[in-house]
Amino acid sequence: MTSELDIFVGNTTLIDEDVYRLWLDGYSVSDAVALRVRSGILEQTGATAAVLQSDTMDHYRTFNMLERLLHAPPKLLHQLIFQIPPSRQALLIERYYAFDEAFVREVLGKKLSKGTKKDLDDISTKTSITLKSCRRQFDNFKRVFKVVEEMRGSLVDNIQQHFLLSDRLARDYAAIVFFANNRFETGKKKLQYLSFGDFAFCAELMIQNWTLGAVDSHVDDMDMDLDKEFLQDLKELKVLVADKDLLDLHKSLVCTALRGKLGVFSEMETNFKNLSRGLVNVAAKLTHNKDVRDLFVDLVEKFVEPCRSDHWPLNDVRLFLNQYSASVHSLDGFRHQALWDRYMGTLRGCLLRLYHD
Amino acid sequence: MPGKLKVKIVAGRHLPVMDRASDLTDAFVEVKFGNTTFKTDVYLKSLNPQWNSEWFKFEVDDEDLQDEPLQITVLDHDTYSANDAIGKVYIDIDPLLYSEAATVISGWFPIYDTIHGIRGEINVVVKVDLFNDLNRFRQSSCGVKFFCTTSIPKCYRAVIIHGFVEELVVNEDPEYQWIDRIRTPRASNEARQRLISLMSGELQRKIGLKVLEMRGNAVVGYLQCFDLEGESGLVVRAIGTACTLDKLSSPAAFLPACNSPSKEMKEIPFNEDPNPNTHSSGPSTPLKNQTYSFSPSKSYSRQSSSSDTDLSLTPKTGMGSGSAGKEGGPFKALLRQQTQSALEQRGGSPHRFCRRREFPFFTLTAFPPGFLVHVGGVVSARSVKLLDRIHNPAFVGIMGNTRSYKLLDWNSFNSDEPETRDAWWAEIRQEIKSHAKALGCHAVVGYSESTSICEEVCILSASGTAAVLNPRFLQDGTVEGCLEQRLDENLPTCCGFCHIPYDELNMPFPAHLTYCYNCRKQKVPDVLFTTIDLPTDATVIGKGCLIQARLCRLKKKAQAEANATAISNLLPFMEYEVHTQLMNKLKLKGMNALFGLRIQITVGENMLMGLASATGVYLAALPTPGGIQIAGKTPNDGSYEQHISHMQKKINDTIAKNKELYEINPPEISEEIIGSPIPEPRQRSRLLRSQSESSDEVTELDLSHGKKDAFVLEIDDTDAMEDVHSLLTDVPPPSGFYSCNTEIMPGINNWTSEIQMFTSVRVIRLSSLNLTNQALNKNFNDLCENLLKSLYFKLRSMIPCCLCHVNFTVSLPEDELIQVTVTAVAITFDKNQALQTTKTHVEKSLQRASTDNEELLQFPLELCSDSLPSHPFPPAKEHLESASSNSGIPAAQRATSVDYSSFADRCSSWIELIKLKAQTIRRGSIKTTVTVEKASPMAEGNFRSRSAPPCANSTVGVVKMTPLSFIPGAKITKYLGIINMFFIRETTSLREEGGVSGFLHAFIAEVFAIVRAHVAALGGNAVVSYIMKQCVFMENPNKNQAQCLINVSGDAVVFVRESDLEVVSTQQPTATCQPSCTGEVTT
Repeated sequence: MTSELDIFVGNTTLIDEDVYRLWLDGYSVSDAVALRVRSGILEQTGATAAVLQSDTMDHYRTFNMLERLLHAPPKLLHQLIFQIPPSRQALLIERYYAFDEAFVREVLGKKLSKGTKKDLDDISTKTSITLKSCRRQFDNFKRVFKVVEEMRGSLVDNIQQHFLLSDRLARDYAAIVFFANNRFETGKKKLQYLSFGDFAFCAELMIQNWTLGAVDSHVDDMDMDLDKEFLQDLKELKVLVADKDLLDLHKSLVCTALRGKLGVFSEMETNFKNLSRGLVNVAAKLTHNKDVRDLFVDLVEKFVEPCRSDHWPLNDVRLFLNQYSASVHSLDGFRHQALWDRYMGTLRGCLLRLYHD
Repeated sequence: MPGKLKVKIVAGRHLPVMDRASDLTDAFVEVKFGNTTFKTDVYLKSLNPQWNSEWFKFEVDDEDLQDEPLQITVLDHDTYSANDAIGKVYIDIDPLLYSEAATVISGWFPIYDTIHGIRGEINVVVKVDLFNDLNRFRQSSCGVKFFCTTSIPKCYRAVIIHGFVEELVVNEDPEYQWIDRIRTPRASNEARQRLISLMSGELQRKIGLKVLEMRGNAVVGYLQCFDLEGESGLVVRAIGTACTLDKLSSPAAFLPACNSPSKEMKEIPFNEDPNPNTHSSGPSTPLKNQTYSFSPSKSYSRQSSSSDTDLSLTPKTGMGSGSAGKEGGPFKALLRQQTQSALEQRGGSPHRFCRRREFPFFTLTAFPPGFLVHVGGVVSARSVKLLDRIHNPAFVGIMGNTRSYKLLDWNSFNSDEPETRDAWWAEIRQEIKSHAKALGCHAVVGYSESTSICEEVCILSASGTAAVLNPRFLQDGTVEGCLEQRLDENLPTCCGFCHIPYDELNMPFPAHLTYCYNCRKQKVPDVLFTTIDLPTDATVIGKGCLIQARLCRLKKKAQAEANATAISNLLPFMEYEVHTQLMNKLKLKGMNALFGLRIQITVGENMLMGLASATGVYLAALPTPGGIQIAGKTPNDGSYEQHISHMQKKINDTIAKNKELYEINPPEISEEIIGSPIPEPRQRSRLLRSQSESSDEVTELDLSHGKKDAFVLEIDDTDAMEDVHSLLTDVPPPSGFYSCNTEIMPGINNWTSEIQMFTSVRVIRLSSLNLTNQALNKNFNDLCENLLKSLYFKLRSMIPCCLCHVNFTVSLPEDELIQVTVTAVAITFDKNQALQTTKTHVEKSLQRASTDNEELLQFPLELCSDSLPSHPFPPAKEHLESASSNSGIPAAQRATSVDYSSFADRCSSWIELIKLKAQTIRRGSIKTTVTVEKASPMAEGNFRSRSAPPCANSTVGVVKMTPLSFIPGAKITKYLGIINMFFIRETTSLREEGGVSGFLHAFIAEVFAIVRAHVAALGGNAVVSYIMKQCVFMENPNKNQAQCLINVSGDAVVFVRESDLEVVSTQQPTATCQPSCTGEVTT
C-alpha cells in the first residue's frame, strides 16, 4: 500500500508557523519531518510519523504555491486562490522577507548580481544556513532592489508600499538596498565586529542627510544615490586640517571646552590632530567612488581604532565628537558651516554607533 | 422576448504574460450568450487592462436565460496569427431571475483555463431586466427558487411541502465523440464544461416547471448529479423536494416598491389549501390492511429479508441485470402516461395526485417541528445495470452538420432509448416506495440517489428513511390512506418519531420491541437506523460520534453480463456485512441509533468497496443496547477459551470506555415497567411465510441472524477474528475532537463562530500481488483511519472542535487504486458550556425564535439602501451619490462591507495601516476631481466606476464555505441562489506541477476560489450546504498527464453575525434619521 496522492485543502488556507519556518530555513520535507519529530510534537498530539509526513508535505506544497505570490506581496492580498486572514498574510510576508543576520552581513554592500549568487554556496557553508534559504534571502534583496531602484519618493515608503513590510523590516531593506547601490565595503576583517544593525543605522542617517532626497524630493533614485554635489563640496572641508592656524584654533577650542570633562583628555589632546585629519580626509576623499566604498573601513581605521586603543569610553567619544563638530562654528575663518553640519551631523551619529567592541 | 441581459466588462488584473517579447498582453474580451457575441476593444500592452466597456445587451427568452450560461472569454490579440485564449468565465445568471435573490452580479471572477488553471481575474457586471410574461404555456420556470439545503431554509417558512420532483437529461459526452480525436484537449474540455452547464441549466428549468405545475415556488434539497457513462453518454439528473415557501416577515411590508410586482405575485404562496382534510377524505383504513394489500410480491419478500434495523436489500439477480435495459418497458410506459396526463391537466384533476403519490419522497433531512410523526427505518434499493450507448440518430445528424452542442431533450425526440435511464430510476424508486409501505410508512424522507460506474457496469442506488409524516404540511391527500389513528393521540413530541409506524403484531421483520423509555405508552425498536438528521426535539443522552463500516470484496474481472452478474451476486453479502459492522460498532459505542446513514457501494475493475458512514447517538426513548457477546465454535480448548474470554473482556472494557467518552449515562430503569418483547412465535411464522413467497429470489438473506441474538459474534474462523480485531482497532478521536456526519453534533450546542471547511483527497496504490479480501479490508480501513487521524492533527489548533458533516466518497479510478475524498467542516465550540442540558437548549431556541422577529424587523431597513425608490424620505444629494455609485460599482462597495471583521483576531497590524494610508491618499485625489466634475453627475459616476478596481483592491472579502445549512453564531439573512459548477482541469506537465498531489491541490484550491468569487459577485459572504458531488481524477504518469473533473454545489447566502446584528440595531435609528434631516434642510 503506497500513497499516490495525499492532499488537504481548506477554505481558509491553514498556515503552520513552525512548518513555515522550516520551509523558509530551506529544509527538505524529510529533514523538516525529522526536526518536527524531535520537537516532541508526536508525543503532544499522539500523531504518527506518517501523519506528520503528510502534514508537512501539504504545508510545503501550499508554501511552494504561495511563493510566487510572495514575490509581489500586493498580489497576495488581491489574489483569490488562497483565502488567508490579513494577520496571517502579514505574517507570511514578514517572515518571507526576514533574513538572517549572518547572511546579510556576508552580502551587505556587495553587488546583487549573478556573480555574487555563485558565492552563495560559500556563504551557505560558512554560515551553515541552507543554500535554499540563502537563495531566498538573496533573491529577496535583489527583487526589492530592482523594484525600488528607479523610483521616486522615500525609499522606505516605496519598499513598504510594494512589499507591504513592517516599518522595521522596510528600514532594514532600505539599508540593504542603499548599501548595495553604493557598494560600501563591509566584509573586511576590521569591520567584522560590526553588526547589520550598526550598518543599517548608518545607512538611515546617510539616506536622510547625504542623498539627493535630503535636498530635493522630486528626483528618481533620490534615496539611493549620494548627493554628488555634496560629495564634491566636501573637498572644501580640507581647509580645516590644511590650514595650520585653523587646526590649532579648532584644537584649542575643543580642548578648552572639554578640559576636566574627559577621562581621556590627555590622549585626546595628543591625538586631536590625527583624528581631525582622519575625519576631514575621509570627507575630502568621498569624490572618488572607490573611497566612498571604503568609507566604513576608513572610519574604523582613522577614528574608531585609535580611540579604542586608547580605551576611550563611549561617553567621552560622544563629548568629543559633539564638541569637535560644534567648535567649528566658532572658527571665524571657516565659511562652510552648513556643509560641515551636513557632513559631521551624520558622521557623528555613525561613529558613535560604530564605536563599540 | 421577455428578458434583457446586460453585461459590462470593467477591467482585468494579474493577467498572464502572453507576449514573451514585451512581457505584456494585448487583451480583449468576447462576451457570448446563446448565439450572440460581443467584443471589447483590445487593451494594448497591459497585464491590468481597463476596458470599461459599454453595456452589451442581449435580448433573449427567459428559457434561454435559464439554460444558457454567460460565457466570457479573455483573449490575447495577435495581429499576425490566431488570437490566443487566456481563459474563460462562465456565469450562471439564474440567481438574477428571481426577485428575492441577487439583483446584480458584479465582481472579480478568476479567469479559468482547463489547461493552465486560474490566469488572472476579470471584473464583470451583469444585470437582467425581466419583462412580464403572461404566456401560460411557457417553457421557462423563472422565479422558482432552488436550494441545496436539505431543510427549510432559515429565513423562510414552509407553507406546503409538495413532494418529490425529479428529472434527467442525457447527451453524448463530447470527450467520446469522433471529433475529439482531432481537436485540442482544451477545446474538448471546454465543450464538455459548456455542455454540462447547458444541461444543468435545462434540467433546473424543467424541474422548475414541475414545481410550478405543483403550484410550489421552490425546490429544497436540490441534488444534481452527473453520470459520466463514458462511451454511452452523459446523464445529468436531479432530485429535490417541491415546496411553497413564505419569506419570514415579508419585506414587502417595508419595501412596497419592488423591482417587478409581477414577480412578487409569484412569490405569494398558494395558501388556499393549506389544510388538506386528509382525515375525512381518505378512508381511514387500518394500517394492517394497507401493509397486506400491497401487492408486488418481489419487493415485499425483499423487505422481509431485511434485518431488525430495516436495512433492505434489493440486489438485482444476474438474470435481471443483463436485460434490465429492456425489461423496464411496460412500467416506463405507465409512468410516461401518468406524467403526460399530469402535464396536460394542470388543474386539480385526480391524475395529478396520482402522479405525486407515485413517489412520496422527500430529499429533506431536517424538518419543521411536528412534520415527522414516526420513523420506520432505512429503506434502500440497488440495481446493477449494463450501460448501452444512448442512441439517437437525430442527435448525430445535428452534430455532423453544425458541430455545435445542441442540447438534447429526450422528450423532444421520438427515440425510446434515452428513456431507459428514467425507467431504471423509476424502477428503483418503486422499490423504495414498496419497502416503505412494508414498514407501514407512506413516505420516505432523507431520500437520495447515487450511481457508481465502472466501464459499462453501473450500480444505481437509492436510499432514504421510511417515515410517517404529518399531513398538515402536505398539499393534498397524498397520504390520506396511510394516516393512522395514533395521530390523534397526544404524543410527547420528543419521542414520537421513535415509535414504530408498523403494526407490532405483523411486523415486516423480526425486531425486539419495548415500550418507549420516554412515554412508556408506545412501542419502540431496540435500534433505529435513519438517513436523516437528528430531529431537534429528540432527547439524546451524551454525545454522538461518527461510525463507519468499511468493506472490500475482490471480484474477478469480467465482461458485460458476466460482470454484472458477479456484482449482483456480491452485493447482498456486502450489504449484510456492512450492516453487521455498523451494528457491532454501534453497540461497541454503547449507542442505539444511527442518523445520517449513507451507504456507498463502489464498483471497480476487480473489486467492490462498501463504505457506510453514520452518526451514532443514544436516544433516550430507545432501550439500552446490550453488549457484544463472543462465542467460540470450538469448545473444550482451554487456551482458546481463555483467548475468547480475553477478547470479551477487551470488548466490555471498550464499551465502558466509550460510554464514559461520549457521556452516555442513561437513568436506570427497572425492566418490569418496560414490559417484555413481542412474543416470538408470531414473528417466526411471519418470516417463514415471506420466505416461502420469495422462492424465486436467488440471494435470499436473513439479516436478522436467525434465532440468535443479533449481537453475538461467533468466532469460527480467522475472518471473524479479523472482524473483532478491526472493531477494536478503531481509534477514538483525540480528546477535544468530536466527529459526526450529520449537520450538528448531538449533545453539543454552544458553537463558536470559527469554522474551517476542507476537502482532503487520498489515493493509495495496492500492491497487486496476492490480494486477499482481508488484506484489502485492512488497507482500506487503514486508509480511512489514517485520513481521519491526519484531519485531527491538521485541525488541532481548533480544539475543542467538532468535525461536522464528514462526507467520505470512495472511488476506484483504476485497478489497484483506491481514492477517498472527504469534505467536512470543523467547528469550534465552547468547552465550558459543553454540558448544557437539552432543556436550556430548548429554552434558548425559544428565545431565539422570539428575537428572530425583532431581528427581521431590522433587516429590511438595511435593504432600504439597496432599493432607492422605496426610500421614504427625499434622499439628500450625498445619499444619492453614494447610492448611484453603489449600483454602479457594487463590488467595490461590498468589498468594504464584507470585510474581515468576522475574524476574531482582527488585524491591528501594519497591513491595515498601510491600506488606510493608501485610501486616504486616494480619497484626497477623488475629492479634487469631484470638485472639478461636479457639474456633470454622469461624468462623476463614470469616474467612480473607473476608479473602482483600484479601490476594491483593499482586501478580498471573506467568503465562508460550509457543508452545513447554517453558520454558527450568525444569521442568514438572504439566499442569493444556487451555485452549481462543473470544472475540468487537465495537464500535460504533471511533474512540473508538483506531481499528482500538486496538481490536485492547486485544482481544488482553484475550485474553492472560483466558488468564492461567484458568491462574492452575487453579494454574498458564504456558501451553505456546500457539497463536492464529484471528484473524478485520472492520471497517466508515463505520459506526464492528468485530468480531473469536479462538480460542486451549494447555496450562496448573506449572513450577519449575531453580535453585529445587535450593533446594527443600536445604530439603525441614527442611520435612518440622518438622511431625513438633511432632506428637510435641502427642501
